Amino acid sequence: MTFDDIYRRARAQWESQYSGETPLVLVGTATCGRAAGSMAVLEAFRREIEGNNARAQVSEVGCMGLCSYEPLVIIIKPGDFSVCYHHVTPQVVPQLVQGYLLGDDACLDLALGTVAGGDGEPVYIPELERFSHETRLLLGQCGYSSPLQIDHYIASGGYRSLSTALKMKPVDIIRTIDRSGLRGRGGAGYPISAKWQLCRKAGGKTKYIICNADEGDPGAFMDRVLLESNPQAVLEGMAIAAYTVGAHEGFIYIREEYPLAIERLKLALAQAEANGLLGKNILDSGFGFAIEITRGAGAFVSGEETAMMAALEGRRSWPEFRPPYPAESGLHGRPTLVNNVKTLAYIPLIIERGDKWFSGIGTKQSPGTALFALAGKLNNTGLAEVPMGTTLDTLVYRIGGGIREGKKFKGVQIGGPSGGCLPESLLNTPVDFDSLKDAGAIMGSGGVIVMDEDNCMVDTAKFFVDFSQRESCGKCTHCRIGTWQMLDVLENITTGKALMEDLDLLKGLAEDVKNGSLCSLGRMAPNPVLTTLRYFGDEYQAHVLEKRCPARVCKELTAYYILPEKCERGCDHCVLACPVEAIFSDDKGLKVVDQSKCTKCGSCELVCPVEYNAVVRLSPVSLVPPDRRTRPETTSKEL
Amino acid sequence: MILRGAQPGGNLPGETLSNILIEGRRHRRHLVDILQEIQAAEGYLSRDALREVALFLDLPASAVWGVATFYNQFRFSPLGRHPVRVCMGTACHLAGGRLVLEAMARELEIDIGSTGEDEEFSLERVACIGCCALAPVLTIGADVYPHMTPPRVEEVLVAIKPAGAGKSKENRKQR
Repeated sequence: MTFDDIYRRARAQWESQYSGETPLVLVGTATCGRAAGSMAVLEAFRREIEGNNARAQVSEVGCMGLCSYEPLVIIIKPGDFSVCYHHVTPQVVPQLVQGYLLGDDACLDLALGTVAGGDGEPVYIPELERFSHETRLLLGQCGYSSPLQIDHYIASGGYRSLSTALKMKPVDIIRTIDRSGLRGRGGAGYPISAKWQLCRKAGGKTKYIICNADEGDPGAFMDRVLLESNPQAVLEGMAIAAYTVGAHEGFIYIREEYPLAIERLKLALAQAEANGLLGKNILDSGFGFAIEITRGAGAFVSGEETAMMAALEGRRSWPEFRPPYPAESGLHGRPTLVNNVKTLAYIPLIIERGDKWFSGIGTKQSPGTALFALAGKLNNTGLAEVPMGTTLDTLVYRIGGGIREGKKFKGVQIGGPSGGCLPESLLNTPVDFDSLKDAGAIMGSGGVIVMDEDNCMVDTAKFFVDFSQRESCGKCTHCRIGTWQMLDVLENITTGKALMEDLDLLKGLAEDVKNGSLCSLGRMAPNPVLTTLRYFGDEYQAHVLEKRCPARVCKELTAYYILPEKCERGCDHCVLACPVEAIFSDDKGLKVVDQSKCTKCGSCELVCPVEYNAVVRLSPVSLVPPDRRTRPETTSKEL
Repeated sequence: MILRGAQPGGNLPGETLSNILIEGRRHRRHLVDILQEIQAAEGYLSRDALREVALFLDLPASAVWGVATFYNQFRFSPLGRHPVRVCMGTACHLAGGRLVLEAMARELEIDIGSTGEDEEFSLERVACIGCCALAPVLTIGADVYPHMTPPRVEEVLVAIKPAGAGKSKENRKQR
């Protein structure tokens, strides 16, 4: 079968589903949707449609990246609006089926907006301001076409690039990639064409391709969303890369913690093979390429390319010295091309639409788009795809919708444990590889965590160092012991035991770990500390000099206190909620926290009725009036 | 000797093991795969199974042990019937995940990273389960519990806990 035959069949299948006579219900069932309850919604739609004998098809789709609106459902109705509904529960499903599938009421009160169906390119209503700032290249089809059906991918243009590439000379493909200016999306931003060229020129018959899907950075989930929502794009990118460098075997190294992505990849792989788009003699070109899926076993360091190859060889995931680069001597000593999921997903688009189109998006030095996972104290958490060079300000306020509950912005951490923490004054920084580096952060994996006034920057730095310390593979002394020592100093700062000279010690340790580690895990681990010291030095000083945590997060420096003037003596909520019986009543019946017993779990603050709001956190702890710190002797004897 | 950190094996039928240790996989590069499948079948990696793997791949037991202990996924003792995992990803940390983890340890009366004596519950911290919009989250078995707080930990457990297991609010008040 030629590619055109495959395309015609897929297109007919797609059109019968998306613009046929029967209404279509799309339920987003990626991991975040499932966590919010989308499987129950899917089930409810199937039951309700069957029970009402309604004429409608139900299809599972991936994720649009609007995590805070999950579960999401799109109803495509022939000759009428295609509507996207948010926060759908099984309880509202009968209303949607009765109202819109069987009737004419589009239930717009439950809708996020309308989606123009038909052509395959979703258009969202302009009310959602965030979309006007986004350029969705990789996310284009995510949440609209089904990751379970290869025909949907082919119908929207998929695999045409592979068919084109197989007729091109490898040097011409590399030239196209070179002119597009594509840089590696794994974090470092290395020019892709140079990597490909090195691997193509390397000698030997056996070469490998590895797709790096070991997205270990806590708070980043772009790769997972892509693999769950549009896995075929990654497979197509891999096949083009393999043809270009002359590899016939490929591996997708994916986190074991992503079971759904693994399941969908396996299905995608089987469908691609069944259509002759992978495997032996792809599209009768004589070129063969097979892909194997390998599950990681939960080691952050495996995301480093040399460590990943050690893992694939059945050894401890330890990084190796470079050069030789994997492109020359990698897996089992053979030339190996390692590319990130997002990098590979761009390849078909660049082949299809041309290098000029791609280099026209974003900035000159960093063309294309950047995919970010927005998390933390934002109103709209989820994924965003913006042209490179968009400012942080746009990401946080225009797309992220600003800080929740009207709180004050404090900082934004970009690039996870290897990245940096930037303050408000740097919100005008454009996001591209070089500008972020200058500011002390990195593009990294693309995790963006926004912090507000309630987050302590020292505690945040400690969190990341703790993560890097746990994940240090132990090969380099500076990373293995240095991160431990840094954690020790941070522990002293957050418990009020540190001196001012400890801040210099911390900085010195950070520089040493940076210089004395082999791989980027160690080299970048001090970034959160260095950037918080640089931009939030006053918070460190408050901890050390005043024994005060400005955000009132660090436990040892914070006390829970019940304001006597606000406490309603008859109410016992806090007493009942306290797990350690630290709260007692004074002689007037007002509640008091016994500081010697309090474990600072925060339960009392959570349960205190909003109309009283009597529980507050004080820092330093010396702010608690001396007569309201512990239970007086007499009261305990009475009990 | 080298494997004494692992509990002895028990419930893995020899047949299951021989289905995993098939001839085509007699190469070190299949080691992690093999360990993952054994853990999926047995619930953990037992001393006996690890020894079998070493023999099969013709590797010293220390090499197999070295790889198995390197990766966070592998355990050497069984999980509880209700495995509790509290997310310690960045978003969950910022939203108070630490307090949730501590509340869980307190309510279940087990240490973080261990299984209770009655094998009902086990408690682990996990790096990130990718539900950042629902932070802080924890999972019990396959169920995800979003927006957790210390008081909610207690509510969740009341629904799962078998009568008499762990401590309850009542007998604590009587003490």
